[in-house]
Amino acid sequence: MFDKILIANRGEIACRVIKTARRMGIATVAVYSDADADALHVEMADEAVHIGPPPATESYLIADRIIEAAKTTGAQAVHPGYGFLSERASFCEALEAEGIVFIGPKPKAINAMGDKITSKKIAAEAGVSTVPGHMDLIADADEAAAISAQIGYPVMIKASAGGGGKGMRIAWNDDEARDGFERSKSEAASSFGDDRIFIEKFVEEPRHIEIQVLADGHGNAIHLGERECSIQRRNQKVIEEAPSPFLDAETRAAMGAQAVALAQAVDYQSAGTVEFIVDKDRNFYFLEMNTRLQVEHPVTELITGLDLVEQMIRVAAGEKLGIAQDDVTLNGWAIESRVYAEDPVRGFLPSIGRLTRYQPPAEQCTDDLIVRNDTGVFAGAEISMFYDPMIAKLCTWAPTREAAIDAMRDALDGFVIDGIAHNMPFLASLMAHPRWREGRLTTNFIAEEYPDGFMPPEPDAEARSILAAIALSVEIIRKDRLDRHAGRIAPHSGRIGTDWVVRIGDERLAMSVAAATLGDRTAFTVSAEGEGPAALETGFRLGDPLWTGSVGGTRVVAQIRPVANAMVIDWRGYSVTAQVMSPHVADLEALMPEKAVADTSKQLLCPMPGLVVALNVRVGQAVQAGETLAVIEAMKMENVLRAERDATVSVIHAEAGDSLAVDAVIMEFE
Amino acid sequence: MKNVIEELEQRRAVAMLGGGEKRIEAQHGRGKLTARERLTVLLDEGSFEEFDMFVEHRCTDFGMAETKIPGDGVVTGWGTVNGRTVFVFAKDFTVFGGSLSETHAQKIMKVQDMALKNRAPIIGLYDAGGARIQEGVAALGGYAEVFQRNVLASGVIPQISLIMGPCAGGDVYSPAMTDFIFMVRDRSYMFVTGPDVVKTVTNETVTAEELGGAKVHTTRSSIADGAYDHDVDALLQMRRLIDFLPASNTAPVPELESHQPVDDEDRSLDMLVPDNANKPYDIKELIEKTVDEGDFFEIQADFAKNIVTGFGRIEGRTTGFVANQPLVLAGVLDSDASRKAARFVRFCDAFSIPIVTFVDVPGFLPGTAQEYGGLIKHGAKLLFAYGEATVPKVTLITRKAYGGAYDVMASKHLRGDINYAWPSAQIAVMGAKGAVEIIHRKDLGDPDKIAAHTQSYEDRFLSPFVAAERGYIDEVIMPRVTRKRIARALRLLRNKDLENPWKKHDNIPL
Repeated sequence: MFDKILIANRGEIACRVIKTARRMGIATVAVYSDADADALHVEMADEAVHIGPPPATESYLIADRIIEAAKTTGAQAVHPGYGFLSERASFCEALEAEGIVFIGPKPKAINAMGDKITSKKIAAEAGVSTVPGHMDLIADADEAAAISAQIGYPVMIKASAGGGGKGMRIAWNDDEARDGFERSKSEAASSFGDDRIFIEKFVEEPRHIEIQVLADGHGNAIHLGERECSIQRRNQKVIEEAPSPFLDAETRAAMGAQAVALAQAVDYQSAGTVEFIVDKDRNFYFLEMNTRLQVEHPVTELITGLDLVEQMIRVAAGEKLGIAQDDVTLNGWAIESRVYAEDPVRGFLPSIGRLTRYQPPAEQCTDDLIVRNDTGVFAGAEISMFYDPMIAKLCTWAPTREAAIDAMRDALDGFVIDGIAHNMPFLASLMAHPRWREGRLTTNFIAEEYPDGFMPPEPDAEARSILAAIALSVEIIRKDRLDRHAGRIAPHSGRIGTDWVVRIGDERLAMSVAAATLGDRTAFTVSAEGEGPAALETGFRLGDPLWTGSVGGTRVVAQIRPVANAMVIDWRGYSVTAQVMSPHVADLEALMPEKAVADTSKQLLCPMPGLVVALNVRVGQAVQAGETLAVIEAMKMENVLRAERDATVSVIHAEAGDSLAVDAVIMEFE
Repeated sequence: MKNVIEELEQRRAVAMLGGGEKRIEAQHGRGKLTARERLTVLLDEGSFEEFDMFVEHRCTDFGMAETKIPGDGVVTGWGTVNGRTVFVFAKDFTVFGGSLSETHAQKIMKVQDMALKNRAPIIGLYDAGGARIQEGVAALGGYAEVFQRNVLASGVIPQISLIMGPCAGGDVYSPAMTDFIFMVRDRSYMFVTGPDVVKTVTNETVTAEELGGAKVHTTRSSIADGAYDHDVDALLQMRRLIDFLPASNTAPVPELESHQPVDDEDRSLDMLVPDNANKPYDIKELIEKTVDEGDFFEIQADFAKNIVTGFGRIEGRTTGFVANQPLVLAGVLDSDASRKAARFVRFCDAFSIPIVTFVDVPGFLPGTAQEYGGLIKHGAKLLFAYGEATVPKVTLITRKAYGGAYDVMASKHLRGDINYAWPSAQIAVMGAKGAVEIIHRKDLGDPDKIAAHTQSYEDRFLSPFVAAERGYIDEVIMPRVTRKRIARALRLLRNKDLENPWKKHDNIPL
């Protein structure tokens, strides 16, 4: 076994690998860029080596620097994590040349699986079912129709050079196949300068289900069941689970057997993942093989009880697998939510900045509940624009899928992040989605269910009553404390009343309180207008970020953020501003005019924090709708800001190179 | 007897209606509450006791004898805010436009006198048309008597003004002499002379909002300490402010139970100051993580943002905070920032409120605009205010404390009681670049030498140690324990006893 390994990665995965290495008694070396000097993985590792400036291309992606770091520190092996150099065969070869072990598969396997076409051929040869299709050149529309008929409708007609849906068509019969071929061909020629077209089976109601395999250097290979990752947003996985609610034992065994066959065909040695697409009739087709540890590996760990990083390290050290296929049992259900620094209500634009508060839910491990949070950040850390916006992977496990979902919902409620925008409201909304709860998923789930993007859900009557009761309890606790304010005169007035109005948005709920007990714990019965009394109980203390307690029998963990005269309450994806008033003040408050919203139609606002890469217009220039005004870079992505309508630029407030905050005014129009 | 009670009820009903239903409706139509409605929001429910409800003016000129309305345009009395006594007067716009007559002034004077005698805060709600022209000099005399009482009460009881409608001419000077002025956005304005007179005299065309709206007074003139969107918001925030304030200069600092322990470490603060000395950070995050429950009542949030002032609580006790704000102009001290902070420090000192100062200041702002504008005198105000303050003073240097600005910001030399520094503190005459260019002028042509000099200057002076070696810093503390250490320091200073030499009053550079 190794004495010391280097982790050629950053963020949560580096921390996760360090944890296992430490448990195994292996010393760890972290590498870091300038942007990560204070990062958690650097703090956790026994040693850390600086490898360059913030951009990954100048640090984490430079193999030579990492190899140099391994040599200087005497690390015997390198774990690549995922991303960066994890699937670069040349990196493994360079390590091997230096006598350093790559904790992952051999270069041959990486190469074989790295190319989409080659990998499919190898898979087909190994008896793995691939999407039926025709990869060779197609002469004309008639041939296209003939091939399509042979594959079986519906088919997908695709440009070889295609991407992003361009030059892609679905055909359900011969006529559509002919027509689709012609159109795709001309579109491909004009878009990509390459008119090669291929045709494959169109998979209806596709689901993304992948098989985890594990193989050693002694010819042993097993699979650890599947993960379903159908909930994706633009090919970015959001929620993963294991097992899949869709597979039966038979399909699972068939998929597992094929995955193992493929691993053996390429002499695979390590943990790897074989991705399949599964149609509505449980036909499954090979997509690709990922020759690395997957982001979502924790869900497999939670249902198998295995530590995949440990297995990878053992295999790399030449050990035989300690388990056979029959030893693998899938126990219970695990779900992973990826917490991203992305603003869901602004089209998931990346958000950067200082995590002024970062308080994940407590990790726990009992017989019927596990909460696990893989993270690479801590309160006070900076989310920079240089790397992936994922800040944590929150996982829950429970004996049943329903219980695991409920546990995830509660864990998300208790996850406090301030300072940046994040996708937790979206995750919470997903957890409550009936289609998700029923497990009726496809890879188009998000596109179908959130066609216009994500809007924070409006609370229904029941949720509103609970939110109002929470707000009321906070106000009563505040009032109760003020009752003991020094310098009160007796007999005092301003006692805590029994009747209240809670304003949530434009709704005003009349509520009354009875049988209040105050002190370390607060309890009372609350009656909302037209509803029966409900018991409320909480240990909330002013200043706590979390309100934990129960309302009408529902256990609630909500987040409370005070604002002027009110509070923002976040719970189950709802985010409301609640103001508690006496009925008299509420009557007068109702007379107050609504605040006019500032007119920003004549301004170009920066939609996300980022760097101005270019300003494409000058003062006085008349621009047409759709014309590029500026380019903002954030999280490695360039975002083009275009004119919404015809206008003339009157003032420009920013210049190239400026770092702008969200909603900063870039320019104004006449 | 029965007749008298009937008459009382009837007269009270009339008085309660002020200028009548129509004018009340008009007031609501403008998005405003009436004087009495406002008081019911400001005060604890049922606690308001009104005085002088039946007072009527005594003017007979211009047919005024025919129009008398009980109350005479102002509602006065007392009540409680969360159980604590306050005196109040509220201009009633529905009665003679809230204009000030002799009797109207006398009503205000009565509550002013009572507030001073009984050592309780007084709050004035303004929504009025100035002097009642028909009364002439009697009204002017009334104003001056109110002013005189503002002056005598200053520094004895907290005086707060909330401008909720027009406030012009003679009406502006009473608020101007109170401790705090707040306004309601889009519905209030304050000026000495209105747009019409301005037009006649200077030929400037300007709207009331442009001349004296909440935006002008909170961002440019610094007349107002804050602004709110509407009446109810403003009144509820006044209640919040009152909770922070002592009843008088002899009353103890208010104390609320603290629900948040001070011992919890906050490791996020260790990362607050960026490695790069030129990168800003938000000092309000430190304030909010130091005070109980993050509850911070900021004063003059929109003016001279390079310095932050306001009230918070530590272990339940009101504490004044003054902090340079690196996010704005690098936290530099200029005339505006100095004046803003000086006034705040003096308020705290007058009312026995301890002052916590967070320092990250690169110096005073250079330039002709500042010098011509009297930076020396304005800067001296802050220096003077800190120097004369005898309340507990706890200072924490988070990063830069350069030059004269170091001295000014509640340094040990100005009787700072406990002066802490974070390890990131740099206490020096100036930054490395400037210092090296002066000390090593002869080497300016040699970049290598300059770099070496800069490095050695940084190593020697850009740390807390030179100051700590001399005892100018009592201790270097870790950021994560800031709340705990400041709380401990304030506990230690609860019985601080310090007096300045007797004087009639000082001569602060006004």
